[in-house]
Amino acid sequence: MRVVLDHITKKFGDFTAVSEFSAVLEDGELVSLLGPSGCGKSTLLNMLSGILPVSGGKIFFDDQDVTAMPPEKRGIGLVFQNYALYPHMTVMGNICFPLETQKVPKAERIERANEIARLVHVDMLMNRKPSELSGGQQQRVAIARALVKNPRLLLLDEPLSNLDARLRLEMREEIRRIQQRTGVTTIFVTHDQEEALSISDRIVLMRSGVLQQNDLPQRLYNEPANQFVADFLGNPPINNIPGTIQNGLFVTEDGIAEAKLPMLEGVENGRKVNLSVRSESFVLDANGPIACDVTRMYQMGKEEMAYLRMGGHDFRAYIDADAGLKAGDHVRLGLKKRGVFLFDRETGERIR
Amino acid sequence: MKKKQTADRELGNRSFLSKIEPYLYLLPFAIGIAVFTLYPVINVVLMSFKEGYSHLSRNFDQWGLANYQTVINDPKFAQAIGNTLKYVLLVVPISTCIAVVVAYLLNQKLRCSALFQTAYFLPMVTSITAVGLAWKLMYNKNFGIINYLLSFIGVDKIPWLENAAWSIPALVIFGVWNILPFTIILLLSGLQNIDPQYYTAARVDGSKGLRIFLRITVPLLAPTIFLVCIVNTISCFKVFSELYPLFNGKPGPFNNLYTVVYYIRYAMMESRKYGIAAAAALILFLFIFAFTMVQLLLQKKAKKR
Repeated sequence: MRVVLDHITKKFGDFTAVSEFSAVLEDGELVSLLGPSGCGKSTLLNMLSGILPVSGGKIFFDDQDVTAMPPEKRGIGLVFQNYALYPHMTVMGNICFPLETQKVPKAERIERANEIARLVHVDMLMNRKPSELSGGQQQRVAIARALVKNPRLLLLDEPLSNLDARLRLEMREEIRRIQQRTGVTTIFVTHDQEEALSISDRIVLMRSGVLQQNDLPQRLYNEPANQFVADFLGNPPINNIPGTIQNGLFVTEDGIAEAKLPMLEGVENGRKVNLSVRSESFVLDANGPIACDVTRMYQMGKEEMAYLRMGGHDFRAYIDADAGLKAGDHVRLGLKKRGVFLFDRETGERIR
Repeated sequence: MKKKQTADRELGNRSFLSKIEPYLYLLPFAIGIAVFTLYPVINVVLMSFKEGYSHLSRNFDQWGLANYQTVINDPKFAQAIGNTLKYVLLVVPISTCIAVVVAYLLNQKLRCSALFQTAYFLPMVTSITAVGLAWKLMYNKNFGIINYLLSFIGVDKIPWLENAAWSIPALVIFGVWNILPFTIILLLSGLQNIDPQYYTAARVDGSKGLRIFLRITVPLLAPTIFLVCIVNTISCFKVFSELYPLFNGKPGPFNNLYTVVYYIRYAMMESRKYGIAAAAALILFLFIFAFTMVQLLLQKKAKKR
């Protein structure tokens, strides 16, 4: 099912949690809603499920306007952050519960519950209570309960945040597998960039209730729309070197160092910018534009992490270990094409 | 070295002090319990086995089971047990059912829920004797408000307090009303402990009002409901102060509403038969004990299921 969000706004009193949010989710896609805590992504999810009414804007499921529709009529499956499995029912009871309300006959209920349980691999746990399950198993049951009624849209609210690191990886793969088997349009809320990058067809990045970028995972990383997107994605975080454009040269903020970069062409004089470079986008180059000092080397296997200083500004770069750099060396670096951006320091907007 | 020894000794002293400190805090209350609860309880047990006990001289003829024999063979006591059981079996289920519904409604975010809560909890802070006298007026056959209100739906005047058959409903209604506030408070706190996310989940799953109440709320509230049943059963077995003001201090219009505690009081205060009263009290204790055990067993069984 295609989901259209048309200028969705949510206000709590004076506080605007989501502001003029518009996006289209295509049928069968797995889309991650990514953003730091408190950015409005769970609020947005609750508005999609109908638990929260919108303050403004419209939601369409295919061509149907569901903005005012109550949650039970929307045909959604919802997986809660802490699973919210009914503690007094068995796994079977939990999975059957949504069908019970739909007045599905008992035999068919059990058949469908067993079928979905096999899909999520909990078919041998049907008679257990939720308290007798591990976190990962509870998660699977919660997904089964959400899927058993064949929802048009599956909503997952930070589903992996209560699991330990190893299970998180496993369940990530599982959610992807289950989603691809069922083909249900899925929205996955997370604050973990790695999770979002690995699982999604598309990522919607939010900040303070405002859409930042809605794009393919690799484009989000390689072509960030603004400073926030560039900062949010990537580990180690992107290097930001503040400076000013002077006569086609990048001059660091403290005025000590300067660099001549081809990308600066056409940028107006005196503009305050950040030169943002991913750590893997530096190369050793005796004729490179960036002159800097090595302050520390950090062994990381095949590559080394170099802590460098350009003027008064520190940054990190992956350097081939064969180069044999050591602290105190003076080096010149060139920049690769990929992973090098210029952002306006006041607006955060990308300068292309 | 010397410093260390002093430190050790100090530590030793302190640890001795810190060991007895909690007991010191417990002491005042323990003394109170010993004097006002433990001593009387032990005395009642002993008294029930003393034959021919005289309250004034504290002499008795011999140890024996004569008091128990007298109590068990007393038709008045049999009647008292019957009435008490009837009272327990009516008041506990009725009050629990009403309280679950009322607590559920109070737990909704109503506009004037504070007002309702106050109204429902008022009986708890009023004297039961005063309230009992008020109920006596309300039950009055000719001038009482209950019969007046019933007359609007065409019910003839009911002799609530004058007729043996109507005296039990009169007592039960008053008893239910009296026990409700406490029951509602317990159930309300139980309801507030239920994670609202279960309701959200059930709603998203397409369930509404009554189904959510029966399939989610009640099962999750079950532990509290069991607790309420046990506490109320114990308190209903001891029914007395509900009875006393309604019938001018008599057990019902024709002395037909003897309850066990009324029997105990009668044996003690009016017949001055302390041994009999003590034996009856112990039999009541056994009844309460047995009922509570059965309830606990049922609860364990329900939990396993």
